[in-house]
Amino acid sequence: MTETRTLRRERFTPLTCLALTAALLLTMILCICVGSVRVSFSDTVTALWNGAFGLPIPEGIARNIILRVRLPRVLCVALCGAALSLCGAAMQGLLRNPLAEGSTLGVSSGAALGAILAVATGFTLPGFSFGGSMVLAMIFAFGSLVMILSLAWALDRSLETGSIILIGVIFTMFSSALISLIITFASDHTRTLSFWTMGSFSGVSYPHAGALGAALFLFGGVLLRFSPELNALSFGEDNARHIGVNVRRVKLILLITVSALIGVCVSIAGTVSFVGLIMPHIARMLVGPNHRRLLPASLFSGAIFLLLADLTARTLLSPIELPIGVVTSIVGAAAFVVIFYRTRKVRR
Amino acid sequence: MLSAEHITVRYGRLTAVEDLSFRLREGEWLMLAGPNGAGKSSLIEAAARGVPCEGTFRWQGEDLRSLKPALLARRIGFLSQKNQVTYAYTVEEVVSLGRYAYRAGLFSGRDGDGGAAVERALEMTGLTALREASMLTLSGGETQRVFLAQVFAQEPRVLVLDEPANHLDLNYQKQIFSLIRRWLDQPGRAVLSVVHDLSLARRFGTHALLMDHGKGIARGPIDEVMTPELLRRVYGMDVHGWMRELLAPW
Repeated sequence: MTETRTLRRERFTPLTCLALTAALLLTMILCICVGSVRVSFSDTVTALWNGAFGLPIPEGIARNIILRVRLPRVLCVALCGAALSLCGAAMQGLLRNPLAEGSTLGVSSGAALGAILAVATGFTLPGFSFGGSMVLAMIFAFGSLVMILSLAWALDRSLETGSIILIGVIFTMFSSALISLIITFASDHTRTLSFWTMGSFSGVSYPHAGALGAALFLFGGVLLRFSPELNALSFGEDNARHIGVNVRRVKLILLITVSALIGVCVSIAGTVSFVGLIMPHIARMLVGPNHRRLLPASLFSGAIFLLLADLTARTLLSPIELPIGVVTSIVGAAAFVVIFYRTRKVRR
Repeated sequence: MLSAEHITVRYGRLTAVEDLSFRLREGEWLMLAGPNGAGKSSLIEAAARGVPCEGTFRWQGEDLRSLKPALLARRIGFLSQKNQVTYAYTVEEVVSLGRYAYRAGLFSGRDGDGGAAVERALEMTGLTALREASMLTLSGGETQRVFLAQVFAQEPRVLVLDEPANHLDLNYQKQIFSLIRRWLDQPGRAVLSVVHDLSLARRFGTHALLMDHGKGIARGPIDEVMTPELLRRVYGMDVHGWMRELLAPW
């Protein structure tokens, strides 16, 4: 009886899962409806339903806008938001640092450097046009994460919040300088600097959504599986080892998984900052720090947040489209200050 | 139950523990005592695989290094003196983590007896009423009790404790040591702990291992080891005289 009660509390109920899925689907439909050309809710639902089941789409419905332009974009945004938020929640648990996420640690910049290097050098995988930049982004993300954590460890031997953020900022500046340098010398082949530093989903297509979906299914699944270990690591590596966690193996798996997922996101959408910082933090306030609930909550809330941020970026100054990172960074910077202040206050 | 054979721990050029051996038998509470820098915590850390060491720790004859972390956790429970609490987990969530080693497979949840073990641990440490409380709202003594409950929920055969009552007031010290004493009263159990407070060591320990500069100076029943002569040799002062002087005003 007690066991059942505890298990129920540890995981989401089917009703909560249903409510979160419904909220996500509604936000996705909203984002398909709203844009420079408005599409009605019923037209959108009809087009999506008929398109999914291979039925003919009635005349008068903006089929191309819904299925060729907005749907792939909305899918990519949702998957990317979910992935980045999930990674942020996992890193914050692993490092016991509420400010840890891809962009504050400098991992996203490292991934961007890898991706841009692949584009500039023409490195590709056969039959997979953006495979080269994806692979290099994943490798560079992992290398960056290991290097940043090693430097922070060498600095204070305890991976203090301040040390990690400091090294992360320095590394981000260093990576940005290298990215600028590569763009200067290879401007014909690469996208703009603002794409790599502020992110954008313009021009994404179904293959991108497929790659993001596969990455989220695979790497996100691994992260969700390691919820108990993340709970254990939230109390320090010693405590985790004492209760039977194979700390070295688990840490390596988590670092590789997080780097790979961030690498895939960055190679497709550039650096979208702060999603992995804000949403896990809000999710933690709502559902508590237990990763069995926190990770799914971060996944859904990250997807919804990035969808709304993308909607804002597309429509705020329409027809001009803002880089999505502008919106996430404005919200994220404010959140960063609040979280940093509260963290310091708690430690005092 | 647990034995250490020729354990040596080195940090670079510094030798923290040198060729130290001991045995821990059922029903024993072995107190590791000695001045700062004697190597007590390093010895405990080596047993917990926190630092590399030469020599062998054995569990009923089996090399501890051959045991997987989860199997080791089912046999030996470690309680550290410094536990890091960053997020607002509930007391029950933290205690439930003690059942990690009993999870059956890759995708399984908690083990069959997990709930009952957690309940027993909460009850034994008097934390049932606080089960929903956030860890960030607890006092130092309550926090230490939660981690002790986590170790109890782990259901190990041997408890290894590094200064379990460090920084706690007298009331919490008494509570923690009395709880461990009650736990030890069950058959098939033993305790190994580092203590700085020699009064606590005398009051609760059955055996003692005196250490100095990484070496074992004496090991045996507590009355035979905590003698004025041996303590003077290890601490370089008249420990008994000092204890009497401290208690004199009372």
